[in-house]
Amino acid sequence: MDIFLQQLINGLTLGSIYALVALGYTMVYGILGLINFAHGEVVMIGALSSLTFVRLLENSGLPGTLVLLIGLLLAALVCMTLGFAIERVAYRPLRSAPRLAPLITAIGVSIVLQQLAMLIWGRGYHSVPALLPAGRHEFLGASFTNVQVVIVVVAALTMVGLTLLVNRTRLGRAMRATAENPAIAGLMGVDADRIISLTFVIGSALAALAGVLVSANYGIAHYHMGFILGLKAFTAAVLGGIGNLAGAMVGGVLLGVIEALGAGYIGDLTGGVLGSHYQDVFAFFVLIVVLVFRPSGLMGEKVAERA
Amino acid sequence: MAASLLDVLNLEVHYGGIAAVKGVSLAIEPGEMVCLIGANGAGKTTTLKALARMLPAQGEIHYRGERIDALPSHALIGRGLALVPEGRGVFSRLTIAENLAMGAYHRRDGEIAADLDRIHGLLPRLRERTSQLAGTLSGGEQQMLAIGRALMGRPKLLLLDEPSMGLAPLMVQKVFEVIRAVAAQGVTILLVEQNARLALEVCQRGYVMESGRITLADSSKALAADARVRAAYLGA
Ligand SMILES: Nc1ncnc2c1ncn2[C@@H]1O[C@H](COP(=O)(O)OP(=O)(O)OP(=O)(O)O)[C@@H](O)[C@H]1O
Ligand SMILES: [Mg+2]
Repeated sequence: MDIFLQQLINGLTLGSIYALVALGYTMVYGILGLINFAHGEVVMIGALSSLTFVRLLENSGLPGTLVLLIGLLLAALVCMTLGFAIERVAYRPLRSAPRLAPLITAIGVSIVLQQLAMLIWGRGYHSVPALLPAGRHEFLGASFTNVQVVIVVVAALTMVGLTLLVNRTRLGRAMRATAENPAIAGLMGVDADRIISLTFVIGSALAALAGVLVSANYGIAHYHMGFILGLKAFTAAVLGGIGNLAGAMVGGVLLGVIEALGAGYIGDLTGGVLGSHYQDVFAFFVLIVVLVFRPSGLMGEKVAERA
Repeated sequence: MAASLLDVLNLEVHYGGIAAVKGVSLAIEPGEMVCLIGANGAGKTTTLKALARMLPAQGEIHYRGERIDALPSHALIGRGLALVPEGRGVFSRLTIAENLAMGAYHRRDGEIAADLDRIHGLLPRLRERTSQLAGTLSGGEQQMLAIGRALMGRPKLLLLDEPSMGLAPLMVQKVFEVIRAVAAQGVTILLVEQNARLALEVCQRGYVMESGRITLADSSKALAADARVRAAYLGA
């Protein structure tokens, strides 16, 4: 088995999920200059609520793929509502407060959401039913599953869609104008509050999708799954240059690949002292290196002072 | 009295505890071109921002028979009130075409393309560079773009804040030619300028502002002949 190719494939899968979550961080940062640390928890709510809907529909006789799709759509609605509410309740009242205030609120919102999820779904790990037709494919000595193909393809299509939305539509233009100067965009008739709400709603829909994909990938979901995932996606956003959409996509995929390759080779590199369960170390090592050598990220502009 | 296009009564604006505009009243009739002149820090920009609802203010603002002083800023362009802000305020990371499209953001009619053509005719430099990022334009070109963008919104009243700021004399002439052409098309204009000579030359009427108050209001001819104006603003 080719370990390099295998880990590249695994990294690409993981990285596409990081990218989807990173987009949520970067879109909100781009428009508000705010790091929505609660975003990772929205991913978790997406995963767990879709699981609930899937369980309800499991014995309905509908085909698995359709059940998954319905679960995803309903979870997206839950997350979009949640994202909308988070902005309204936690961030909007602090729009003109010092920068530290919304940051602390964000941490508070994270804790509230995690505790809420624990009350609803319990402390245990939930196994996520495999709803896609099972299948494993061999490729040059490496292998990948149907689930992995679906993750990469769906994430890629979603990112193309988002890029078109932001760069080619009237709404996207208004989003970019508002991100650059909300007061001037207001003179053109843009209701900045509406654009900000929409940004949270779109980011949350992406979070729901990421939650469903990541739980399908690992086959498990739990109430604290959003924390590390959120932190890594945030790292990916910083790596790409926070505020920059393409940066979040590139940063996400890159981080996933670095992490997977790191996990694949860490045993060899350390003479067996460290095992693959140290893979999380790589994400944060990357974060530190980026912050030291290129605080604005690979594709970004000015970040250090605002973050 | 027939209602003016814009009627401002006792406008007051504070920054924190400090009053920047202290009870300004002014009126503008349809089709007029009026200037507001004054020294640095007199409160001209603050007045325009308050009129565009970008700052909280006290007092009454009547525009086309409606009180607009409680409306949000983004509700004004749909009513025909546009501001070209001090420092131009183009979206530097958007292209010229996108900036102009933003000017028509609130519009749903079918004449946007025709207006774009008309504005390109008025500002040919913009047509040559539609896909260039606005941030890469020269100051004069950015000013043209800011005016073109405001025109894309089909304003009835155009508030212009120091369009000559930081421009070479030749460019100032060009910008003012454009402003004259816009006025000739029937757009009412309130022009804020530090270049009082130029402002009084193109406008029929003017207000003089000093530390937050209107101290003089008269025809441009009378103002240009006024000893105080000559001493303070015309260097004579
Ligand atoms: N954001 C602000 N916060 C506090 N004070 C301000 C602010 N903006 C303006 N001021 C003050 O309000 C007063 C009026 O400023 P304003 O910008 O309206 O003057 P101006 O007439 O436009 O001057 P200029 O010709 O230099 O543009 C000044 O004393 C200025 O220092
Ligand atoms: Mg000014």
